[in-house]
Amino acid sequence: MAMASERQFAAIKGAKVLMVGAGGIGCELLKTLALSGFQDIHIIDMDTIEVSNLNRQFLFRQSHVGQSKAKVARDAVLNFRPHMSITAHHANVKDPEFNVEFFKQFNVVLNGLDNLDARRHVNRLCLAADVPLVESGTTGFLGQVTVHVKGKTECYECQPKPAPKTYPVCTITSTPSKFVHCIVWAKDLLFAKLFGDKNQENDLNVRSSDAASSSEHAEDVFERRKDEDIDQYGRRIYDHVFGYNIEVALSNKETWKNRNRPRPIYTAGVLPEELSKQNGNMDTIYAADITTVSAMASLGLKNPQETWTLMENSRVFLEALKLFFVKREEEIGSLSFDKDDQLAVEFVTAAANIRAASFGIQLHSLFEAKGIAGNIVHAVATTNAVIAGLIVIEAIKVLLKDTDNYRMTYCLEHISRKMLLMPVEPYEPNKSCYVCSETPLSLEINTHRSKLRDFVEKIVKAKLGMNFPLIMHGSNLLYEVGDDLDEDEVANYAANLEKVLSELPSSVTGGTMLTVEDLQQELTCSINIKHREEFDEEKEPDGMVLSGWTQAPAAVKDDKKSIGNGGNASNALEHELAEANRDGEMEEISEPSVKKRKLSEVSIATILDGPEATADEIKNQKEVEKLDDDDDDEEDLVMIDDLNSVGNKKTRLQ
Amino acid sequence: MDGEELTEQETALYDRQIRVWGADAQRRLSKSHILVCGMKGTVAEFCKNIVLAGVGSVTLMDDRVVTEEAFSANFLIPPDEKVYAGKTIAEVCCSSLKEFNPMVRVSVEKGDLSNFDAEFYDKFDVIVVSCRSITTKKLINEKCRKLSKRLAFYTVDCRDSCGEIFVDLQNHKYSKQKLEETIECQLQFPSFEEAISVPWKVLPRKVSKLYFAMRVIERFEEAEACTPGETSIADLPAVLKLKKELCEANSLNASHIPDSLLERLIMGSKEFPPVCAIVGGILGQEVIKAISGKGEPLKNFFLFDVMDGKGIVEDVSNPNTESE
Ligand SMILES: [Zn+2]
Repeated sequence: MAMASERQFAAIKGAKVLMVGAGGIGCELLKTLALSGFQDIHIIDMDTIEVSNLNRQFLFRQSHVGQSKAKVARDAVLNFRPHMSITAHHANVKDPEFNVEFFKQFNVVLNGLDNLDARRHVNRLCLAADVPLVESGTTGFLGQVTVHVKGKTECYECQPKPAPKTYPVCTITSTPSKFVHCIVWAKDLLFAKLFGDKNQENDLNVRSSDAASSSEHAEDVFERRKDEDIDQYGRRIYDHVFGYNIEVALSNKETWKNRNRPRPIYTAGVLPEELSKQNGNMDTIYAADITTVSAMASLGLKNPQETWTLMENSRVFLEALKLFFVKREEEIGSLSFDKDDQLAVEFVTAAANIRAASFGIQLHSLFEAKGIAGNIVHAVATTNAVIAGLIVIEAIKVLLKDTDNYRMTYCLEHISRKMLLMPVEPYEPNKSCYVCSETPLSLEINTHRSKLRDFVEKIVKAKLGMNFPLIMHGSNLLYEVGDDLDEDEVANYAANLEKVLSELPSSVTGGTMLTVEDLQQELTCSINIKHREEFDEEKEPDGMVLSGWTQAPAAVKDDKKSIGNGGNASNALEHELAEANRDGEMEEISEPSVKKRKLSEVSIATILDGPEATADEIKNQKEVEKLDDDDDDEEDLVMIDDLNSVGNKKTRLQ
Repeated sequence: MDGEELTEQETALYDRQIRVWGADAQRRLSKSHILVCGMKGTVAEFCKNIVLAGVGSVTLMDDRVVTEEAFSANFLIPPDEKVYAGKTIAEVCCSSLKEFNPMVRVSVEKGDLSNFDAEFYDKFDVIVVSCRSITTKKLINEKCRKLSKRLAFYTVDCRDSCGEIFVDLQNHKYSKQKLEETIECQLQFPSFEEAISVPWKVLPRKVSKLYFAMRVIERFEEAEACTPGETSIADLPAVLKLKKELCEANSLNASHIPDSLLERLIMGSKEFPPVCAIVGGILGQEVIKAISGKGEPLKNFFLFDVMDGKGIVEDVSNPNTESE
């Protein structure tokens, strides 16, 4: 089979392709598809172009910032391939217009996405429409391409996806040991407490006297006192969170038996007398636009790559806090952290650094802190280009139904077994996958105490990832979401949400089989209900346990409740890759083993879900162990001549 | 490092990649000068990658006039006669590349690289050569090696669904991360001539078949004095005859170079765009590694074939003539 064969040419010309995502991979992919002769392509992307995209999303220019990625990408490619048809959808792939019927018109779907949610959604639609999916992901120099064909290879959800990285509450509130813990504290606790929704639950200690004495009357130090000037208020907050709270923590001797004791930090000890009164020079700011308000600017700090001293961090902290209250007062109470909000990044960097100094943890620059706090994906053009090339190669095989030659390919940073691009045979579908097989799930729940709302929020949405769920007990509808419901139905379902399961119109008790369906995704799951009286608050915080649904071996090491750092799956890809490699997961395709996954294996695909590893983790990156075998190894490389014999060794893709 | 800071504009534009390779590497990139010679699809991909990465300058050499064949895998050439009429391939590519990143200087140099003197070569840190005969490659590589400064030399060629990169970094020092440590390393590279002169029988038995096949084609084109990459199926009998001779001379089993592979290579004068993207991507990555001195570079051949999907690195150097 020469690549330029007639059959291949015809398949390419006649194919209708859906591309989801016009970002880093998407730009490269659209270009390579166009050059390869594809004639009919649809692209869906809801994003608009940002400056930090321009270093790799080469179809976009400075002048396009703010415009639709899908549309600009289409126009750019039509410039060098004017005679093809490209349809751009500036929309969310989860919008109802992109239903199963829409997906059915395509011969293959190609994903260049950056988040788990959208990937799961597209996976389900592809299964429902029976359209093959080529999935991809990159981070830094690493990347992966996989092929998902219903009934032939595993689906995107056959394997557990790593849960968002979370940390035990006490690590964040009392015993941080890494910089990321300080960032989470600064962002999710302190920033949220000062500038976010006041009604939000928050684990920060806000009392200035011991709870034992008179907790009801102890004041909330975060309340600004009458006539208190903003500089005083800032210093009071500073002294409370970095000084007083550390003293309180130190008083618990048990905690520090085997740990380094933190050091309380007070403004008086850090800032010279004159500075603590007159910090930045706000008069020099003529910010008309709030996005340009910056503590760095008013303090004359220029280089975001530089690590500030404790004193500089303290000045930034006080200045940023003040600027929020003076220049952005109307937003206070409704702010949430945003990596593109300069002042918020400055505040979080400074607060995290002061806390790090207190706990003897290394300080970081604003640039690094921003990456960690914002879960920024590190990305380069070259990896995207390579991955896009590999996607097109797999897409062509899919169009030719060349099943035996489907591969999932890893793009590696370090040479392993003489390879930088390592193909492995795809895995067979997981027979107990709740998405692509019909295996029922089972749910332990207290049917007398849990409400239908808890079930919808914690299971149907959070775990099963459904957007438009419909819940049935036999033929009785218990709950439904949709635009076409009449008023009675809406009221009825709203009432059901507040009822405990056993008191629903059609009582749900132990032994009940519920059917949960997402009409858009055309996914149906059966759930066996098992009644259970008690749940461990710490180990089972949801108050219910779903099994048959595979949660990744997640980062929650402690049994405690935990706090995440946002994002979807932010485990370090590098780490997992190293592990996977050591376990020998990436077997060469010439090995005659049937690719059944072991449960312990975590595919790197699952890690490639966007919001990525922290700067710390990049630095700590483990080198992929070289498994390069000796020359006297009998194993031979697979060349075209012996592809047939390899085909014979395989047993599962026939 | 050298004290100069990146500008705010650079930090904003290169934010995501600085998170991959660091600000030092970005500074070194912005001071590097790249020369490319022979602008087919793979080199176009490579140029896009390094222009986006933010090198200091890229100089293009390709005096051929634009034909329909030229833009088949090269997205830098708009298929519009009004745009390309009367211009060389390098000139058309130059105007497209400039748009990708206003901070990179892209220019055209006319003439034959093998006739240029040391003063010209001296201006560059990296030279990439494509679609040149074995003699020209050797000659350019030798000129690079005679300079007082160290110049990274690469060749890249794609045929049908196969691609090959050769790398000569001479004596290359680099740092790599091992767990939490940064270790300083050094690698000694053979020249192109030294590498391809390594007798086949001293090579490890598992060396990629594509490596041998590429050497056969290279020798054939040299012997027949045909333009590199312009072979056809009519050449097959002669190519097979040459293969037999070379295998005998090198005591290599002739079955090690499948006839079907040679057939694909001589027929594939057109590049296959996904392979251009892959090989141009790997080459971009390698050049970035070489300039930044960060990460272990591949030594010294990279081979990719769609048929097995493997991107293989082969170290082809004579263990006896090498000194660390
Ligand atoms: Zn599945």
